[in-house]
Formats: sequence, C-alpha cells, structure tokens
Amino acid sequence: MKNRTVRTAVLGAACAALLATAACGSGFDDDKAAAPARQSAGPAELQILIGSSGDAETTAVKDAAAAWAQKSGSTATVTPAQDLAQQLGQAFAGDNPPDVFYVDASRFADYASVGALEPYADKLTGASDFYPSLRTTFTYDGTFYCAPKDFSTLALVINDDMWAKAGLGEGDVPTTWDQLREVSEKLKAKGVTPLAIADTRDRVGAFMVQAGGWITSPDGKQATADSPENLTALQYVQSLLKDKLAQFPSRLDAGWGGEAFGKGKAAMTIEGNWIKGALKADFPDVKYSVHELPAGPKGKGTLSFTNCWGVSAKSRFKQQAIDFVEAMTTVDQQMAFARAFGVMPSRQSAKDAYTKEFPADAPFVNGADYAQGPVNAPKMDSVLADFDTGIQKLTSSDPKALLERVQKNTQAALG
Amino acid sequence: MADTVADTAPAPAPAAPRAPRPGPRLSAAVRENIAGWLFVAPVVVILGLFLLLPILMAMWVSLTDWNGQGSPFRPGVPFVGTENYTRLFTEDGLARQDFMTSIRNNFYYVAIVVPAQTVLALGLALIVNSRMLKGKTFFRAAFFFPSVTSSVAISVVFLFIFANSGAVTSLLKVFGIDGPQWFSDSRGVLHLLLGGLGLADPDNPPAALTDGGPFGLSWWEWLSGPSVAMCTIIMLVVWTTSGTFMLMFLAALQDIPVTLEEAGMLDGAGRRQRFRHITLPLLKPTLFLVLTLGLIATWQVFDQVYVMSQGNPAKTTLTPAFLSYQTAFRSFEYGSGTAISFVLFAIIVVLALLQRWIMRDRDPARRTRRS
Repeated sequence: MKNRTVRTAVLGAACAALLATAACGSGFDDDKAAAPARQSAGPAELQILIGSSGDAETTAVKDAAAAWAQKSGSTATVTPAQDLAQQLGQAFAGDNPPDVFYVDASRFADYASVGALEPYADKLTGASDFYPSLRTTFTYDGTFYCAPKDFSTLALVINDDMWAKAGLGEGDVPTTWDQLREVSEKLKAKGVTPLAIADTRDRVGAFMVQAGGWITSPDGKQATADSPENLTALQYVQSLLKDKLAQFPSRLDAGWGGEAFGKGKAAMTIEGNWIKGALKADFPDVKYSVHELPAGPKGKGTLSFTNCWGVSAKSRFKQQAIDFVEAMTTVDQQMAFARAFGVMPSRQSAKDAYTKEFPADAPFVNGADYAQGPVNAPKMDSVLADFDTGIQKLTSSDPKALLERVQKNTQAALG
Repeated sequence: MADTVADTAPAPAPAAPRAPRPGPRLSAAVRENIAGWLFVAPVVVILGLFLLLPILMAMWVSLTDWNGQGSPFRPGVPFVGTENYTRLFTEDGLARQDFMTSIRNNFYYVAIVVPAQTVLALGLALIVNSRMLKGKTFFRAAFFFPSVTSSVAISVVFLFIFANSGAVTSLLKVFGIDGPQWFSDSRGVLHLLLGGLGLADPDNPPAALTDGGPFGLSWWEWLSGPSVAMCTIIMLVVWTTSGTFMLMFLAALQDIPVTLEEAGMLDGAGRRQRFRHITLPLLKPTLFLVLTLGLIATWQVFDQVYVMSQGNPAKTTLTPAFLSYQTAFRSFEYGSGTAISFVLFAIIVVLALLQRWIMRDRDPARRTRRS
C-alpha cells in the first residue's frame, strides 16, 4: 500500500518535472512564435552589447548610439559586457541575442559557422572601402559577413632612453631579422633585456608571417602549420629566447609586453597600438618610438586584430541594425572613435585623415597592407590554446615537434 | 497545529495500529502518506526544479552536439550518443589529451592537498584545544580567518606574494636561494626531484618513459607531479581550508569526555598513547567527514585556477572543472564540456565510495552494538 503511494507520488513529481520542462521548452518556442514579424523600417529598440576596452570607449559608443537614435527615432541601448564571449554564448543559447554586438576576429568563424550572424556587410555603402585584409578576416565561406569596427596591428616599440644609452641611434632601428639580432646583442651587452615578447601565437605568429608561413591556408580550409617557413620562424624566436635576447613578459614580472616595457625591464617590445593608451595612463614618463616590425626572409609581416559589428541573424530589427552599423562605420564616426579611444579606422579612405592627425601611428597603419588576421576557422580555439602552451615551453622544446602537433590538431579541428 | 504535525509527520514509519476514525474512505496509512508527501512537496519541487531538472538537462546536452544556438531541446539538435564521452577516453586527439592532463594535474593536487589539510587541521585543532594555550579565542579566529575570506581575494593576494619580485622570492633570497618564477614555471616537481636525485634528466627524459603510456600521455608526463605553479595553488588551498576543518576537529575534540582521558592517565598511558588509542578512534567519524569534504572540494577546484592561472603555464594548472568551463563557454562545445563535468562527478562518487569502504568499521562487536 505504502509502496504504491510512494510510486504515485514519485510519478507525480516526475510529471511535474516533465511539465516544467515542457513549459520551459515551449517558452523558448513561444518567444519565437510571438516575436512580431521582422520590422524593416520605423522605430526600433536596438540592444547593443560591446566588449569595451574602458570607459572612454563605452562613453564614445554610447554617445554615437544616442546621436543615431535621435536621428532615426529609435532607441539604442549600449551595454558594455563583462565577458563578451560568455555573455554572447548565453544569449545565443537563450535565443535572445542582442541586435548588434562586437565580434572578435578570432571568434568570428565560430559564430558564422553556426549561423548566428547576419551576412550584411556587402550591403553597406562603400563595403569595398574596408582594408582587404580586414574583409578577409570577416569572410566565411566566401561571404563577407560583418563590417570591421576598427583594427590594430603589431609594431616594434622602442624605449628611446635605453636605446640611446646602448649607443644606438635612429639609423640602427632594425629592419631585418639579422639586424634585430645585432641590436639585441648590443643592448644585452649593456645589461638590459632587449625584447619583451608575449608567449602567444598573437605575437610569435608575426614572425611566422614574416617567414611566409601561417597556421592555416588563406581560405581557412587547410592546415599549414607544419611548414619549413613556420619552422624557420620558430627557430629564430627560439634562438632569441635561448640567448636571452628576448624574454616572455611573465619572466620579467609583467602581465604583458607593454607592462614590461613601461617598467623599463625591456628596451623593445612587440605590441599593438593599444600600448599608446596604456603607456600614457600607467607610465607617462617613458619616451618611446614606434617602428614597423623587422622584415623576415619573405618580407614584411604583422598581425592584425579587429572586431566587427555583428548583427544577429535572429534580430527583430535587422534593417535598423544595419543602418546603425552604417552610421558607426562612416569615416567621420571612425575618426571620432579614433580620437576618443585610440583605435585605427577600418576604412581605407580614413587612412590619410588618420595619419595626418596621428603621425606617430604611421607604422601601425602601414601594417594593414601586409597584416595577417587571426585564424579564420571554427573550432580552432582549443588548438590555438594548445599552440600557445607549446610556445610557452619553446625554450626547452623542439619547434618541429610543436608544429607537427599543431598540424595534427588543426587537421582534426578542420575535419 | 501540534496535533496535525504529530499525526502526519512520520510518514515513512510503518503505520502503528491506531483507532479508526469515522468518515474518510482512505485508510489512515494512506492519508498519512499523502499528508507526508504534501509536507515535503515544496522541497521536492524546489530540489527537482533547480537541482534534478538542470542535471537531467545537462545530461541530455552531454549526449548532443549542441552548438549553443537556441534551445538544446529542439528537433534538429544533433544527437551523438556517447561520442562526447568516448572522445575523452578512446580517441587520440586534443580533447583526450587536455582531459587527461587535467586529470593528472588534479590527481596530484588532491593527493597533496587532502592529507596536508587534514593533518594541518588536526594539528591546529589539538593546539587550540590544549589546556596550556593562552589566548585561545585569538588563535581560533586567526586560524579560521582564511576560511571566511573570499577565495578570489585570497587568490589575488597570493598572486602578489608569489610574484617574481614578491615576498616569497625576496624571503628566499635572504637565505641565498634563487627561487623559481612561481606562476610561469611549468616544470613538474616530481621531474625536478628525479633530476635532483640523478635518477632521470628532466631535459632528456629516458626513452622508456616517453615512448608510450595510457590515454595519450606518456608515462613521463603522467609522472610529472604537480608543477611549481600548481604548488602555489596547493599552498593557498591548504592554508585556507585547514581553518574550516580545524573547527570540525575542534568540535569533535571538545566532545571527548575528559573522564576517558583521565582513565587513560590512571592506566599509565603516555601522551602519545592517549592520542593514538583514545583521541584518534573517537575522531574517526569527523576524520571521515573531513576527508570526504576535502576530497569532493579538491576535485572541483575552480576559482583559484580561474583567478590565478587560467590553466597556464603549459596547462599544468588545468583541472577538469576549469576545462569543462573552458570547453563549454570558450570553445562553444557544450556537449564535451558537460560530458567532462559528468565524468568528474563519477570520479568523485567512486572515490567517496572507495574511501567509505576503506574507512568502514572493521570491529564486528561494535557494529552489532550500534545496530
């Protein structure tokens, strides 16, 4: 008797649980069914999620969004994310993504491959005005998905005082790998660490590009990690590390290259244009100059980092969202952003205005012509993290074995 | 009110013979049962909705290749069966390598933290409990303090202490020791030990160990021991948790009747003998509790790794809990991520059962007396 009651009760609880699931399940669907037909014109309520670099960026984007909202009669709510990748992941899983959001270039393929992004970029006016390397970065399966917001490239940053103390002049700025080695040896003879370089493919990768290699083929379909070019690059970096001509920032008690450089623990570093703001804020007394990265055996090479304005494929206000992006990517607006938080415009037509206003940044902007974007293929995150692990151990490991490992993992990820 | 409770509360107990009541069609036992279930219903619903249901949903996700777009319960979400699990064990690839590395790291972590924190906690409790000590309250509070502080805050403090120019390195320098670069040192301490004893050269490990090994890691990699970076996390956790467990031991110690201690003294038992034959056996239930809680908590270590190292350097602080988070929320492989957490769950359950079996009461006389 008792047993049956217990069973009934358990059954009841199970039913309740199932009902709850069903309710949740239908909740997901209800949202979609109840969503009004996609509005293509008229006022919209745009939700914009940004991965902001700081208050300056948040304020600038909020102001720009407010100006657009007033002009178009819509509302635009800008929310800075704490952890953009995680928040976007949750929003997509909950079927309630923001209408417009930043998409980091290294995650772009993950989002595009699952159909989360609206491929709108070719509809923008002057879509061909964006730098070709940035267009490639945001192209998946031949479709240009989203408009590059702005971009950064890597360059060689030199501490002028330490440079002069080592008896080096302006003419000594290295333009080839051999020269980089030479000046490093001179700096080391003076007892300073010559180069601080972060232990990740996002810095070491620049040498791979200079040697003519990269992790994947340009279309992102083939693994090309295990190539003689990449081997040359890693061997060169390894030799710098082994001879203490270069050091990882963590070995210099710094979180990143800019910090090691600002603290005066290294005479040179390889970083992007974000280092300007960081040095101004934390180490205002450091005198430095920026130069293009030294060229490798196959010429100049650098890495570019960028975000695009992603528009959700599930947005109710796609047309307005695209309008919004259009307004955010005009030359004037990009220049306003550049002034506010030091990013470089992604439109080629803004290049002249930018270099005129920020002449010291020319090496960064010039990098756009030969820059390589992040690996543009989905499911590569863990593979690249594993590559970083290998780079961290580069001083004591065999570069050839490391590249073979990356090759194997990349092939598995690309399928 | 008191009447109803007395009538209905002991639902699971076999119904005692009672005077029949007039009216109702249902028998007293059934009514009691229904009432009992009604009383526990709120908890059952809450637990079911917020504990059981999410677990079942996660279980489903771990069987799919859901990419994080929309609900995982829609038609069209690819069902892959146990592939997410088999990939962790049988397929030679990055997923298995990462998972096994994390298991190795966490195994060494557990093997050091659990005994260390238990012994330290017991030692602290004995000190604080001793009648000789003055200012007991102060020491109790001091030892307990790390346990009530936020683990994130403590982790950040440890980041500073163990920085290359931090307090620990400076202290070692006073003694003429050139300390390691704690958080960027991925060398395993067992490797260093073997190298120090001259048994194996860490830079050039013996081929017999590097050639093969189970689950995609070579024997040499399995035998690395915790890395230097992991050791800092181990120190941190031992320090913070021993305070909590000290409190448990202290409560148990204060429960031990003084008469037993005095009886031992009368029988001529020394201090050590009294500890070994009186105190320790009486602490056994608490010891079991402390070991179980320690085992569970250490296998789930996450916040320290998240704050201090993110699995770096060279994946030597990667733990299954952090790997699960990383796989799901960074790589969008929710199926793999949840599969890892279920395997972790299984590991904890199996180890807890094993530990229960090892520590089971082997004294038949006492068992019969208890039951």
